Amino acid sequence: MAFRNYILVCGGTACESSKANAIYEALVSECKAQGVADEVQIVKTGCFGFCEQGPIVKILPEDSFYVQVKPEDAKELVAEHIVKGREVKRLLYAKEGSRKHAKVEDIEFYQKQFRIVLRNCGFIDPENINEYIAREGYVALEKVLFEMTADDVIAELRTAGLRGRGGAGFPTWMKWNFTKQAESDQKYIVVNADEGDPGAYMDRSTLEGDPHSVLEAMAIAGKTVGANQGYIYIRAEYPLAIKRLEIAMAQAREYGLLGKDILGSGFDFDIEIRLGAGAFVCGEETALLASIEGKRGMPVPRPPFPAVKGLWGKPTVINNVETWANIPVIIIKGGDWFSRIGTADSHGTKVFALTGKIRNSGLVEVPMGTTLREIIYDIGGGIANDREFKAVQTGGPSGGVITKEFLDTPIDFGSLTKLGSMMGSGGMIVMDEDDCIVDVTKFYLNFTVDESCGKCSPCRIGGRSLANLLDKITKGKAELADLDQMVEIGEAMKKASLCALGQTAPNPILSTLHHFRDEYLAHVVDKRCPAGKCKSLISYHILPDKCIGCTACARKCPVAAISGERREVHVIDQAACIKCGVCYETCKFGAIEVR
Amino acid sequence: MAKMTLEELRKLRDSKKSEIQKRDIAGKDTQIIIGMGTCGIAAGAKVVLDAFLQELDAHNLEHVSVTQTGCMGLCYVEPTVEVLSPGMPPVIYGKVDAAVAKAIIEDHVMRGKMVSDHVFDRPSADIIKDGGK
Repeated sequence: MAFRNYILVCGGTACESSKANAIYEALVSECKAQGVADEVQIVKTGCFGFCEQGPIVKILPEDSFYVQVKPEDAKELVAEHIVKGREVKRLLYAKEGSRKHAKVEDIEFYQKQFRIVLRNCGFIDPENINEYIAREGYVALEKVLFEMTADDVIAELRTAGLRGRGGAGFPTWMKWNFTKQAESDQKYIVVNADEGDPGAYMDRSTLEGDPHSVLEAMAIAGKTVGANQGYIYIRAEYPLAIKRLEIAMAQAREYGLLGKDILGSGFDFDIEIRLGAGAFVCGEETALLASIEGKRGMPVPRPPFPAVKGLWGKPTVINNVETWANIPVIIIKGGDWFSRIGTADSHGTKVFALTGKIRNSGLVEVPMGTTLREIIYDIGGGIANDREFKAVQTGGPSGGVITKEFLDTPIDFGSLTKLGSMMGSGGMIVMDEDDCIVDVTKFYLNFTVDESCGKCSPCRIGGRSLANLLDKITKGKAELADLDQMVEIGEAMKKASLCALGQTAPNPILSTLHHFRDEYLAHVVDKRCPAGKCKSLISYHILPDKCIGCTACARKCPVAAISGERREVHVIDQAACIKCGVCYETCKFGAIEVR
Repeated sequence: MAKMTLEELRKLRDSKKSEIQKRDIAGKDTQIIIGMGTCGIAAGAKVVLDAFLQELDAHNLEHVSVTQTGCMGLCYVEPTVEVLSPGMPPVIYGKVDAAVAKAIIEDHVMRGKMVSDHVFDRPSADIIKDGGK
């Protein structure tokens, strides 16, 4: 019996944390209670990407996009939409101030997106291999096993021009070719799923929403380079992704798509999962391989590169999750098709995790060459609370900031590097006028200092010195010479650190010093924080002509630093004030000023 | 299921493909909209809906979507069904039952010929005559 409606419930981590599971259960039991269980298929899918509006429920074939759904809404959704065919208007997505939109194609968030990596996310049930197979799943593996030679596969990747999505952008075909050409009795395939950049979650969502795409790509690589064993190195903090990978692997084994003699081709390939313990440096490939071997996760100098001498000293192809998810599509549609998407420098698409002071935070996939303005304003809906755009941070703790005048730069690997930032894994953190650039830089630097493995001194000592200098600046104790010293230390770290973590750790400082020198000077020379974030540099004052003596601030002050009679001007005791800002937020008359 | 051969995988893919394509709305150019207001349901719209789905399956039609809507206002001829098909004027059929549903699929959707006895709204009388003949 065919189904007349399909209810897709988002089962990504973001939506699950806001009760998507309970919504799913409620929908199942409501469909039963209202006698339509046989006519409706309810599917828990991967992430839809529009996390800002989650939990999301999509009902087909009407293509109704319901947002911020609660378990209590299930009854109404089933009774109205399924039984009576009437959309539940109050739950449909609407852009602020506009009429409700019923269809996904009308939602600006999706209009400029182009989905290759996330092709199945939010459409199939990731825990059911049949749904992946129905969407051209394992067709690419068939082609590689029975129709293509290893050289054909590498030639196809070369034509495609796929570059590593983990951040560095190294051509994938070259990695594979090195490993293929290396002579060895044993070779390995490794997936780097140790996603660690603050704010980045594209790899997690891909594994949660479409785990088979990565498994299939690994088998393709195994056949191409001559490896029979694969490892997925994933951080233990991703329980849902791990669970779905395990289910997917079990199903693939049952069907004979993993294991001995795959589809009768004589090719054996199997995969194991290795859990990371949460060290950021393990996202660096040599440290990651050491961690799989059971050693302490510390990088070793390259060359030799893992492609030639990797896991247990054997040739190893190691790619990032997003890179893997591109592979089956390239094999099916051809490298030529893929190379026509994007820019001359970077082909294909890139998934970005859009977070920070943005209206529609979420996961977006756009062709390379899309401008930042399109991503932030058209897809992201602009800055939250109508504040002014200040900068966007890309490339995580290794990247830099991009300012307003560069918003129209088409994004690809080359253009971001030219702007002093980098693609990185695709985290995009938007800042508005209320963010202090020195404070944000301090956050990133402290992150890399915490995560430094301590093996090489430029990173261990250089990072700590930079952090101390930044701390001095935010406390108003720095001098102009300190800025020059930061540049000097930063440049030295770039040259002398052992791995990318140390080499790129100074990037946030160097980039912000370049673009926001004025703001640093305000801290250093004027001892002032323009955004009002650095506590040592600000003080709260009550404006006598605006204060009406309502006592609201005095009652909220946690340290009783505000005094004054009713209907009389209040005063803040600067010695007692802890600068928490509660009075500023409480005052309805704009009588509190930050200096 | 035991380990598969290449043929078995391809067969499985083909069988699952049509199932999942029903979920995909892209590329569907014909729309069958069934009035599922209280009046429609009371007059048997659910049976009609099932009949449409069965007929689509039987004829392997993948370009047709079946959706529901509320009452279309023609409560005296329920169940009502609107059919939007390329190259044909939009038509609302009334007094539809399983047999008429079959006729709508086989004549209107597949052959571009209206089921004249059941047309209740939209095209003017002369079109019904021409199209119906």
